[in-house]
Amino acid sequence: MATTAVKTTMQKYRLVRGVVPSARWYEPVGFLFLGYFAIFLVIVLPILFSFMLSVYDVRNSNIRMVLNKIGINIFALPFAFPDLFKGLDNYMKLLTDKDFIGTFIRSVIWTGVNVFFHVSIGIWLATLLNRKLPGKSLFYVLLILPWAIPQYIAATTWKGMFNSQFGIIPAIFEKIGVNDTIRYVWGMQDVSWLSNPYLNFVACILVNIWLGFPFMMMIALGGLQTISSDYYEAADIDGATAWQKFNYITLPLLMPIMVPAIILGTVWTFNMVNIIYIFADAGRVSEETHILVTKMYVDGLQYFRYSYASAIGVFIFIILTLFAVLYMKATVKED
Amino acid sequence: MAAKPKKKLIDRSFFFDKRDSWGTLVYVYLSLIIMSIISAYPIWYIFLSSVTPGDKIMPDPFMLFPPDATFSNYVEAFRTKPIGLWMLNSLIVSLVSTLVAVICSLLAGYGLSRYRFPLRWPLMILLLVTQMFPAPMILLPLYILMGKLGLMNHLMALTVPYVATSIPFTTWLVKGFFDTIPRSLEESAYIDGAGFLTTFFKVVLPLVQPAIAVSAIFTFLGFWSEYIVARVIIMSEKFYTLPLGLMLFRGEHNTKWGQYSAVALVTTIPVLIIFIALSKQIVGNLTLGSLKD
Repeated sequence: MATTAVKTTMQKYRLVRGVVPSARWYEPVGFLFLGYFAIFLVIVLPILFSFMLSVYDVRNSNIRMVLNKIGINIFALPFAFPDLFKGLDNYMKLLTDKDFIGTFIRSVIWTGVNVFFHVSIGIWLATLLNRKLPGKSLFYVLLILPWAIPQYIAATTWKGMFNSQFGIIPAIFEKIGVNDTIRYVWGMQDVSWLSNPYLNFVACILVNIWLGFPFMMMIALGGLQTISSDYYEAADIDGATAWQKFNYITLPLLMPIMVPAIILGTVWTFNMVNIIYIFADAGRVSEETHILVTKMYVDGLQYFRYSYASAIGVFIFIILTLFAVLYMKATVKED
Repeated sequence: MAAKPKKKLIDRSFFFDKRDSWGTLVYVYLSLIIMSIISAYPIWYIFLSSVTPGDKIMPDPFMLFPPDATFSNYVEAFRTKPIGLWMLNSLIVSLVSTLVAVICSLLAGYGLSRYRFPLRWPLMILLLVTQMFPAPMILLPLYILMGKLGLMNHLMALTVPYVATSIPFTTWLVKGFFDTIPRSLEESAYIDGAGFLTTFFKVVLPLVQPAIAVSAIFTFLGFWSEYIVARVIIMSEKFYTLPLGLMLFRGEHNTKWGQYSAVALVTTIPVLIIFIALSKQIVGNLTLGSLKD
């Protein structure tokens, strides 16, 4: 008797992995509805609209007219203004823009250099912290500070610290000879980290490395704690060097945990507006500090070239999706 | 056998790993000290600037503490600008958004973790795909839409993009937590006759309290320091959040560094306290969540 009662109750509520059969259809719908409703309304719809905008020609001069006619139903655009359809013109304009190659390469350098240093500094610090050490928690708290500070405050503060007259960084660089090296190698007279576009970009990268390594450190530290010390003891008996232990034990066991973090970090860094936007004064310093996403921000929300900015956005999305898929494939194959 | 070596009461392994030689320890400490200084210096710099008198002059970078330290910047900043009001605005927006976002993510995460239904995979992939889009791409149409809906320049309008943009990441995080909780717990609750709502609220939620804490902290900190979206939606000073207000001190050519730093420090300190107090919990749980699935 008891077993049949259990069975019927279990049949009523299907839980997971086929343990118990049959749930009411409305249960998952009820759980998912709120969250996905918000996502659809505020993320998916705007993104679809952006896709649509990118093949039309909507800009500051005609946005008011367009909006007056189609009202709130933004997806009526194709029917109301068929003559604004421009096909892939915006993309062609983007790809043939004389700054495009430069901006694209800069985005790739920006992301690559940043993520490389985030991950390597993060793992390095995590291995340092992953031992018995008096004062460990103090170091830990100090080291995650960059992550806790609001980004725009960090950016502005660093901008002050890079000020060529009063800032500490140029003063230190002057003392240890970095500025002299730059003067000598590139023949610059005035080494200014805020007004020279190239140096400005380097400064942005330095700041962003500072901002991003704590996240990777935290992830890596969590990962290191899951690695059993047996491996290291066995390696000690075999007489492995510290580098061998790191290369053949730590790194392979850490990678599965780091891969999702690396993908996420890459996407976030590629889409990072704050630092360059604030450091380069919204592109007032020079076009030559922009990466794709800051260009999109400035084009869309300051110059109101809606369609053009949307095309940049779609382009970024395609690049990032390609990267994520290829990276996942590559790392999965290695396993 | 020779006589046993004399055993010290407290030897080195009381403090350190036995594996580490003195050389290693010196290297470890040196590296950690240098990196900690690099990490923490900017905050010290903000503090230095905030107590340095004068409007334009920045602190002397090689001075440990200015001899004429003063709190006049704090007084002046609070006197000239409605910092208290901005702080309240930030607090309201961040709290409301966090509350809504966490509730939505908890429900969605539970649904994704516990039920098998058609479209489950596409819906989960959707969460990841939304991360691939740059924020301005959502901002643009939202800007148009909100203008059309008359939501521009309203404090509460900020919560709409905030909540929606934070849901994907938190849902993903929370789903990982739910996956770690054994189903047998819920099954026994069902067998005892509890309905699925009772089970969710009375059995499951208490177990994922750390997940709730982590996602709440994450979203709250994100909203507290959000600048890019707020800049587009809010225009009038009475609806400013702290980040927007702070940027007022950063003039085109003459930034009032003293006052700016004072407000920046006021903005940062609550965040730092929350963060440091809960850092241990964040680390453990962040990796736990991201490891699964």
